Amino acid sequence: MTILEVKDVSVIYSDDKRVAVEHASFKIEAGEYACIIGSNGSGKSTLVKGIVGLVPITSGQVIHELSPEQYAYLSQITEIERDFPATVREVVLTGMQRSARRFPFYTREDRRKAAEAMEMLGISNLADYRIGNLSGGQKQRVLLARALCREPKLLILDEPCAGLDPAITAEFYSLIDHINKEQGVTILMVSHDLDQVEQYAGHIIMMNQTVEFDGDHDAWCRRCAEEGGHYHDTVN
Amino acid sequence: MTQLIEALSYPFVQRAIAAGVMISLCAALLGVILVLKQYSLIGHGLGDVGFASTSLAVALGLPVMAVSIPIVVVAACLIMFWSQRSKTGGDTAIGMVATGALSIGVIITAMSSGFNVDVNGYMFGSILAMSRDDVIFSVMLSIVILVLFILFYNRLFLITFDENFAKASGIRVGFYQFLIALLTALTVVMGMRMMGSLLISSLIIFPAVIARKLVVSFKAVAVLSVFLSVICFLAGLVLSFEMNLPTGASIVIINLVLLAAVSIFNKLRGR
Repeated sequence: MTILEVKDVSVIYSDDKRVAVEHASFKIEAGEYACIIGSNGSGKSTLVKGIVGLVPITSGQVIHELSPEQYAYLSQITEIERDFPATVREVVLTGMQRSARRFPFYTREDRRKAAEAMEMLGISNLADYRIGNLSGGQKQRVLLARALCREPKLLILDEPCAGLDPAITAEFYSLIDHINKEQGVTILMVSHDLDQVEQYAGHIIMMNQTVEFDGDHDAWCRRCAEEGGHYHDTVN
Repeated sequence: MTQLIEALSYPFVQRAIAAGVMISLCAALLGVILVLKQYSLIGHGLGDVGFASTSLAVALGLPVMAVSIPIVVVAACLIMFWSQRSKTGGDTAIGMVATGALSIGVIITAMSSGFNVDVNGYMFGSILAMSRDDVIFSVMLSIVILVLFILFYNRLFLITFDENFAKASGIRVGFYQFLIALLTALTVVMGMRMMGSLLISSLIIFPAVIARKLVVSFKAVAVLSVFLSVICFLAGLVLSFEMNLPTGASIVIINLVLLAAVSIFNKLRGR
């Protein structure tokens, strides 16, 4: 079952008329682990921002079979001011907020789900810490817990490990794999870590303004062999 | 002290205190969001716009609140809109709106009656000048602001902490920004009479800045800001009665002293 279809999407920035994404098309099926790869400036992040509605799409269509309640978005590590007053618990709970929801306060059920998400990601002991004081890897776990506590069907991640050290990155990818396999959450991730992508992703999309490659893991490996490592070099 | 106790027996003093507490409360709550979103100067810019609208109202002989509220609300929305459009433009937008409005206010005043008592009171504040209607209106408006803040608390926190996540969750961020601008504008207009248009922003900025130095969570900062704001207002009022000083400036001085004390306290315990 297709849960997301990107149909001939182009994104042109209005301020400098730069073409970031040109006629990109692909489909994401329920349950898969898909990664979008590409070199810097290939438009992969912009495309994902277009999909979640952070960047306006110039032409084409993004067809969501899911409502915004059913997908969750995790961005690149953003700078959080060290002394921003917000505890881990407060941040994770914001994941329970939905657009369609009328009741303005968190229910006991919301708090339970947030606690479960923290438990699963091993950050329960940090619940009352200020998020600005945590390390990069811990912060990303908190934001992942926030994305997961609403029990999404699709998790959209934009280079979640940029700036993290290799050990933490490997751990993070295996965590995402676990979420995909054990909980059946569909993954769509923009990534720079080709080794990790080749280890885990079942569906690989390579961007270079437009979609240069779109296929499963085996097709990707054959293509790489034919091209004699050319794709690897482009991405890295 | 006896003088103060005697003053407290007058109904108009009691009313002024009631209004002051409510205004301090609203300003502190909004201040938490404005300071964290780095919109601290919005209050200051709007104060200047409030001064211009006051001059206009006085020159035309119209009720000040009725003229000021629409003008300040429009200015608040414009500042929000400009700050959103360009990444670094927020402070520039506020700077232009503030000085532009102040100049318009000064010109209107010069052309009409000159700097009479009314306009002076609006620049530097005079809590006892609040009329009975002003007080009733302020208390009612404060209750509305409080209720809206509590109802939308979770959304406001989300938008303050991470606008992009809110947008990606399908939440209409623009609506809440408009709400913040609207509530700030109303608080500024109410607070102007008490604090003066030049000092009103202190009521928004100081409590949040002091509170975030002391506690960790957003909720604790919001609650502590309100508490500190009311305490500083009352202490400032006592100071102004005892030393016969202007109310607004006295409240700012108390806030400043508290900020210094908290900073030193934090240094001493090594934070």
